[in-house]
Amino acid sequence: MEAGSMLRLDRAIDLDAVPEKRPRHWPFSPWHLFLIPLSAAMLLPLVWSVVTSLETAAEAQRFPPVLVPKSLQFGNYVNAWQALPFGHFFLNSFLYSAATVAGNLLFCSLAAYAFARLKFFGSNVLFVLLLVTLMVPFQVVIIPTFLIVRHLGLIDSVGGLIVPNLCGVFGIFLLRQFFMSLPVQLEEAARIDGASRLGILFKIVLPLSAPVLATLAIIQFMWSWNDFLWPLIIITTPEHSPLQLGLSMFQGAHVTQWNLLMAGTVMSQIPMLAVFLIAQRWFIQSIAYTGIKQ
Amino acid sequence: MADVSFQDVTKVFPGDATAIDRLTLDIPDGEFMILVGPSGCGKTTALRLVAGLESATSGAITVGGRNITHLSPKDRDIAMVFQNYALYPHMTVYKNLAFGLRQRRVAKAEIDRRVREISTMLGLNELLRRRPGQLSGGQRQRVAMGRALVREPKAFLLDEPLSNLDAKLRVQMRAELKRLHQQFGVTTIYVTHDQVEAMTLGDRLAVMSAGKLQQVGTPQDVYEKPTNVFVAHFIGSPPMNLLKGTAAGGVVRAGDLESSTPAPVPDGPCVVGLRPESLSLAGPDDARAGLAFEVEVVEPLGGELLAHGSIGGQLASPEAEEEELLLADTAARARITARLDGRLRLRAGDRVRLAVHPGEIYLFDAQTGAAIR
Repeated sequence: MEAGSMLRLDRAIDLDAVPEKRPRHWPFSPWHLFLIPLSAAMLLPLVWSVVTSLETAAEAQRFPPVLVPKSLQFGNYVNAWQALPFGHFFLNSFLYSAATVAGNLLFCSLAAYAFARLKFFGSNVLFVLLLVTLMVPFQVVIIPTFLIVRHLGLIDSVGGLIVPNLCGVFGIFLLRQFFMSLPVQLEEAARIDGASRLGILFKIVLPLSAPVLATLAIIQFMWSWNDFLWPLIIITTPEHSPLQLGLSMFQGAHVTQWNLLMAGTVMSQIPMLAVFLIAQRWFIQSIAYTGIKQ
Repeated sequence: MADVSFQDVTKVFPGDATAIDRLTLDIPDGEFMILVGPSGCGKTTALRLVAGLESATSGAITVGGRNITHLSPKDRDIAMVFQNYALYPHMTVYKNLAFGLRQRRVAKAEIDRRVREISTMLGLNELLRRRPGQLSGGQRQRVAMGRALVREPKAFLLDEPLSNLDAKLRVQMRAELKRLHQQFGVTTIYVTHDQVEAMTLGDRLAVMSAGKLQQVGTPQDVYEKPTNVFVAHFIGSPPMNLLKGTAAGGVVRAGDLESSTPAPVPDGPCVVGLRPESLSLAGPDDARAGLAFEVEVVEPLGGELLAHGSIGGQLASPEAEEEELLLADTAARARITARLDGRLRLRAGDRVRLAVHPGEIYLFDAQTGAAIR
């Protein structure tokens, strides 16, 4: 008995010291008393939307909500898919997200490296100015952005979604901070070895930055995938609409088809879940890399 | 391979003191040159100037007769080993070795040949597929050397490459470095603050202090004929004992030491230098100049021992060239160190008489610190 309680105490101390990195083999920790209700609260909306997507239209309208439907209406998914051009929605969302992820990874890296390592006149002032723009709400710049995009002839096109979001200040900031933490000798060694600045960025800095790049990719993907306001403003035809905007078509002025809306929503979340799971694996690998830095 | 030459090179960091002050130094082709000095003396900056990682404020650096002062690092054809090795952590040993060649667009077959050649020479063949994180300190060191050597550079720069190794490995790698230099014959500039490395490795030493070159010469030269108090105190371990003295009529006195001067000395204050190894226990009727020595601490080293103790007289400070510091007032008795025969049974509290080997008394100008010969 004594030994057992001692052991548990040890583990509790370990948990405090390295909360994320230790694999947890023990069956129970006091933290779970707090975490389990919290995760239940987080899961509830998700479960509710999945349940609703499997209900009949009548069940979905009822209040209080029906949490255990009488029968599972898998047909809702087929109906939802057929009711609206979901193929287009998925394709548009995918293009929008993939292009903005690629754009952010590339352009933010370039800008962030310049801010992290190149000395040029006014670099600090410029960087601060850039950070200040983080505080400007999107609503303020909607109109100028719209005018620019219209000038480019990109209204009502996926291109109009992508172009304004190819490079974000947040990404520049995130990457710059990470680049600055890399040992500068690695870059000096590469310079002496004959690498150009771009060569150093692509062959030394970026491969060592996999964790932060994965983080930025996930954040940007989620942001683009879930973006609603900007598509709402510039997209007018369903064929050019991304998922979130397309789903809103289930919401009529008088009637909302909750079960179909939820079926569509559940479908729309699957790619994001996949991206997260894939990138997460990468993420862990990358952290393993960072352990070998000298 | 090529000679490296600094001509009147000055480096001033913005908002900082001068890191290098009018450095002029010629390093002939194939020489192993050691830049040595206390930290902050500008030795690493000098190295980085040759590598192109810093740019000189004024002056010129030439390699093989070509002025490289304003070239970018990649155009200088110079290799460098960093203190922490700076191996690319995401690449295998093979790729680390090949990186510089690939940047220079060397043909793949040629890269492979050279990488294998160098890895055979350095005993890295078993490690080619490993990443730096899976290597021991000594292995990383060898990979870093290999990465520099594989490019067959004109000059080879090493920035305290042994300082991250444990004592035993350091001795081993020191010998290996010397062997590699003999084998490749590349002009090498080696920065260190370690005495032993400086004395054992180099063909010549350049002693630096506060951005200024103090003395250049073979290790033996620098040890035997230091040009000033700083070099005398810095080179040699344990360091030279420096005492305040006065010269009058061809005789110099420091505490109870009295000796005729080896060279004509102007009358007045001076600094007297005694190497610990120039002192020995005086016999009963020793004719040599001597001092009464009170032993405080004994460090036996086997064949010899270091006796730390005090003598009558005052220490002179080696740190500055100004008179007031050189002759600053210190304790009434001077603490000195003597390197004596290890068979002596000395104990703390013993009072003995030390004799100074004739001709091994160094004299320095009390104002400038320059040697008087």
